[in-house]
Amino acid sequence: MCYPVRSAERTGARIIQLLHNIGHAMIMLMEAVWFSRLAFGPRSRRETMTQMYVTGIKSLPVITVVALFIGMILALQTGLELQRYGQEKYIGSAVAVVMIREMGPFMSALIIAASVGSAIAAQIGTMVVSEEVAALEVMSINPNRFLVVPRLVALVIMMPLLAVYTNILGILGGAVVGTTQLDVSFRAYMDNALDIAHNKDLYVGLLKAFIFGIIIATVACHQGFMTTEGAVGVGRSTRRSVVVSFLVILVIGYMITRLFYI
Amino acid sequence: MIRFENVTKKLSRKTVLDHIDFEVGAGETFVIVGLSGAGKSVTLKHMSRLMRPDSGSIFVDGEDIVSMNRSDLQRVREKFGVLFQGAALLQWMTVRENVALPLREHTKLSDAEIMKRVDEKLDLLHLEDAGEKFPSDISGGMQKRVGLARAIILNPQIVLYDEPTSGLDPVTSRRIDEVMVDMRERLGITSVVVTHDLHSALAIGSRIMMLHEGRIVENAPPAEFIKSKNATVQSFLESQYITKKGKWEELIYGQV
Repeated sequence: MCYPVRSAERTGARIIQLLHNIGHAMIMLMEAVWFSRLAFGPRSRRETMTQMYVTGIKSLPVITVVALFIGMILALQTGLELQRYGQEKYIGSAVAVVMIREMGPFMSALIIAASVGSAIAAQIGTMVVSEEVAALEVMSINPNRFLVVPRLVALVIMMPLLAVYTNILGILGGAVVGTTQLDVSFRAYMDNALDIAHNKDLYVGLLKAFIFGIIIATVACHQGFMTTEGAVGVGRSTRRSVVVSFLVILVIGYMITRLFYI
Repeated sequence: MIRFENVTKKLSRKTVLDHIDFEVGAGETFVIVGLSGAGKSVTLKHMSRLMRPDSGSIFVDGEDIVSMNRSDLQRVREKFGVLFQGAALLQWMTVRENVALPLREHTKLSDAEIMKRVDEKLDLLHLEDAGEKFPSDISGGMQKRVGLARAIILNPQIVLYDEPTSGLDPVTSRRIDEVMVDMRERLGITSVVVTHDLHSALAIGSRIMMLHEGRIVENAPPAEFIKSKNATVQSFLESQYITKKGKWEELIYGQV
């Protein structure tokens, strides 16, 4: 077989595999959404609460540091430019708009995809290679209900809360720079920040965080279930989970912004 | 009870099961032996439909499970308990929680009743002191026994064992054998055991089937199995120091 034909065949096979994976992930997500009504039922409550704790509380230290510094960097970079035109008093508005519309949901999603999403993919992947998922199936326990639902529900509840937390910390980080390095009073900074923040910005930001939660849970669980070939496969699934989540979050984030602001 | 008809399975273009036919009767301890890659574990996975054949039919109590829908499959799977090669215990649950899991998922028993039943099974398998430990804190042999306790907690009609004694020391291996024989005698459970260990197979099996390159080369009771004229069977027996006139003929207590 000549090279172009082989190449076309390989490309075709990859496209088919990609579509197969997307279809599999969508079926898994739909089934998990159907079962999500049981997330706080007697059989799943404990696991759902555990996942909420892991996703929300355990991620707070890293999110705190990242959010504060993102706010500080934003304030510094934007403030220096505004200072050239004598408009540094608007630094609060600039930081608030960027944090609430984009950086809050986006940065918290990236952190959660890298920390919680990778851990989910690794855990489920390890369960697949050690036949724990097969054991659930032969015990007639649906792995989607047992494993995906608690993680999905935890992520869609905690992501918007984490995004709000990131927004607040980011704006406070900006205030530190504004008051200490740009000679803007804290009161003026906060008045400015709150003036510019419309309800729509907050709602769109929360919607993004909610959708990012679905993306992280779906990608991570799906990559975990697709794991083959032992420890090497678990490593591959974990890496893919982070990379695919980042890409999908970027693309979907752009599309939501375009939908609501253009 | 379980019947394979003309079952074929290919994995990565390699034929793992090649038109195989056999039947496991109720109350039997049916042992599948063979070299690595012979198709033993794949055969076992087909019985609970963790895998589907490319062609052929698999019947459990007269029902073809190959094209069965999910709810029917769930009903059929309730007849099975499975002991996986690595025990497949959920690592974040204690031994007691692992064994209780099928009861919590499939019954409406009270916590007290569940714990009573779990403790009965743990006692049966000499695991009284391991209840509050996590799987990572107990030995491989204990993990296998916990896996077995979980497999039988719903009193299944059929138990599938995938390499129940692999990686275990000889003393623990024989203890697992005794548990399997005991369960058959006390509870009348039908067992299908996949193993490399011919000593174990001869000791516990009421019938032994040998697979080689996806085909059945022998399927006979232990006394006949060790006298098989098939060259592959003979070579397999000799590799484990079992001869036609050895003491093993006297030690086949699986038939007692």
